[in-house]
Amino acid sequence: MAIIAFSTSGDSQEALLDLRFGRCKNFVLCDVEANKFSVVENSQNMDAAQGAGIQSAQNVIDHKAEVLITGNCGPKAFRVLNAAGISIYLGEAKPIVELLEDYKKGLLKKADSANVEGHWA
Amino acid sequence: MNIAIASGKGGTGKTTFAIAFFLANQERSRLLDCDVEEPNVHLFLKGKVVKEEKVTLLMPEIDNSLCTNCGKCVTACQFNALALAGKAGVIIFTELCHSCGGCALACPEGAIKEIDTEVGSISTTLVGDSSELTTGLLNIGHSAAPAVIIAVKKNKPIKEVAHRIVDSPAGTSCSFVASVSKSDYVILVTEPTPFGLHDLALAIEGIRELKLPFGVVVNRISSPDNLATAFCKKNDIPVLLQIEESRLVAETYSRGGTLLDALPHLKQDLRDLLDRLSGVI
Amino acid sequence: MAHNDPKEIVVISGKGGTGKTSITAALASFFPNKILADCDVDAADLHLLLNISATEKHDYYGGHVAEIDPDKCNSCGLCESLCRFDAIDVKEGKYAVQEMSCEGCKVCVDACPEKAIAWHPALNGAWMKSETKHGPLFHARLIPGSENSGKLVTFVREKAREKAIENKAPYILIDGPPGIGCPVIAAVTGAHRLLMVTEPTPSGLHDLERVLQLAAYFKVPSYILLNKADINKDYKEKTEKCAAQYGAKFIGSLPYSTLFTEAQLKGVSILDAFPDSEIAKELKAIAENLITHLQEEKQC
Repeated sequence: MAIIAFSTSGDSQEALLDLRFGRCKNFVLCDVEANKFSVVENSQNMDAAQGAGIQSAQNVIDHKAEVLITGNCGPKAFRVLNAAGISIYLGEAKPIVELLEDYKKGLLKKADSANVEGHWA
Repeated sequence: MNIAIASGKGGTGKTTFAIAFFLANQERSRLLDCDVEEPNVHLFLKGKVVKEEKVTLLMPEIDNSLCTNCGKCVTACQFNALALAGKAGVIIFTELCHSCGGCALACPEGAIKEIDTEVGSISTTLVGDSSELTTGLLNIGHSAAPAVIIAVKKNKPIKEVAHRIVDSPAGTSCSFVASVSKSDYVILVTEPTPFGLHDLALAIEGIRELKLPFGVVVNRISSPDNLATAFCKKNDIPVLLQIEESRLVAETYSRGGTLLDALPHLKQDLRDLLDRLSGVI
Repeated sequence: MAHNDPKEIVVISGKGGTGKTSITAALASFFPNKILADCDVDAADLHLLLNISATEKHDYYGGHVAEIDPDKCNSCGLCESLCRFDAIDVKEGKYAVQEMSCEGCKVCVDACPEKAIAWHPALNGAWMKSETKHGPLFHARLIPGSENSGKLVTFVREKAREKAIENKAPYILIDGPPGIGCPVIAAVTGAHRLLMVTEPTPSGLHDLERVLQLAAYFKVPSYILLNKADINKDYKEKTEKCAAQYGAKFIGSLPYSTLFTEAQLKGVSILDAFPDSEIAKELKAIAENLITHLQEEKQC
């Protein structure tokens, strides 16, 4: 089954989800079938002048992830991920292992469009 | 001659001054609004728009029948304007593109064609009978302000005149450099406050780097001896003109009136100033 | 609220001189536990009102710049013909990169058949962290004419954000750049809320509309504060209408006041200089209104 990518500033499955996608420090990848976790650096994007979201999306695509779990996804990154057929689910800032369980139980909300930043209450 | 009007800080009255300077010398100058992110001169100078042109830059278009999804263009782009979305191929974000041409050079298949893409526009307005205002406007969301500014400066007037007055953007970034570069003289408009002075010093640093002659106009003074004049005196910088602070100016401005409407006596000063500057160069 | 997701409130104005920085400094008094950032990197003035101390200064290298090695260059001229930014100077047959014009696209570096062009990180300015009585301030200065002001804005935001997470500060109050160009885009993207400080004049309104369009483009909700509200009644109404049209919230207005300049001359915010003035009271009401709004918003 799928490889799932989580945005994070940590480097293990215990780390919290970083709600930012474009400027998160790392991705933790989970090979769901093998139940194996690995880390991919994303720090080249942290000081990108522009297009960090695009570069992050490229990073996720290049690592063959099929699902992305993050907090916020901007319109440009969404366009790239969507074109590459990657599903995006939105999570809160909690440990990655917990989010993995939530995902398996179908508790996470799928992003159907860019959700970048809030809306009026 | 080419005279650029600039200021480190925004809101010092730079545009107000540029308009007054132009109106006082209308028969022998034209005005270029190079504050392309927010051109404001046209709000104060009513006239007839006689010409409108697009500003375009070359930006990539992918021929999907030739593209092999190798990703070399994505690696070449330093501005993150391209992405390779798996089988869906290369996606282009023109708003991030700087039009450097790197992707087309990197493509081994010749699959990238560069096409003219609109990033802004230029309009020419006739003010009065024959004097011209040229306005540049950057499309929202684009980062190509310098390209639009260069296009405004290269834009051919309907009638050639002796002097070009360039209203430059505030700040000291690349747009400011694009506006003032190659000018014969730069007039820096400041106000006698700590912010005004701090930002004036930065602007001077930029102008010196560009090796351009310059002088200072001090706006909104309550006394002829103030923070700005003391600074200029200390640094041996010519003070070209001082304009008094007045609520009348602020109110006239808020109604769309010009500095000359509020302070008509300035007209002769501004004519003399242009004479003096043309003499210096 | 997720404890590691501080909210960035960015103060912008479009037009310069509307009082953006003076108002940011005044608001700094009211926000509980926050980090301050000055992202007007072309002309950073916020520190002039905050009585800063203990400044740490660091070099800032943003982007890259090309440099031609004259010993390896055989003057073929390919770089000059490819450069779209007129950044290659030719003097007496010698080629050199004019740093102020170089955009760092790397085209010449990759194209040079002699591999004579190096690719260096470019020193663009400095970034600073200072202490103020209202909390830590991150600020920066760009070397005039440098590229990458947008990148420095992003960098300062990032530093402020790291500190906010460390201090568990819920808010970052940011003095943004004027205009609507790349530094503003860098300050606005992904921000939580914008506070637009405007004035009732033709150019104030005109620029406000441009900034509101930008905010809509990046989907960031906005509040509007009208400064110098009493100088023109007509334009005050027009500004309110414009706010409504774009779905921005009108958060309050302030009268024309020379106290802002007087406070600036003292090197402090208007609240610290004139705490009992009418305008300080009005600012307090606006700040409370703003904070209440921010706290009431539903989290997503």
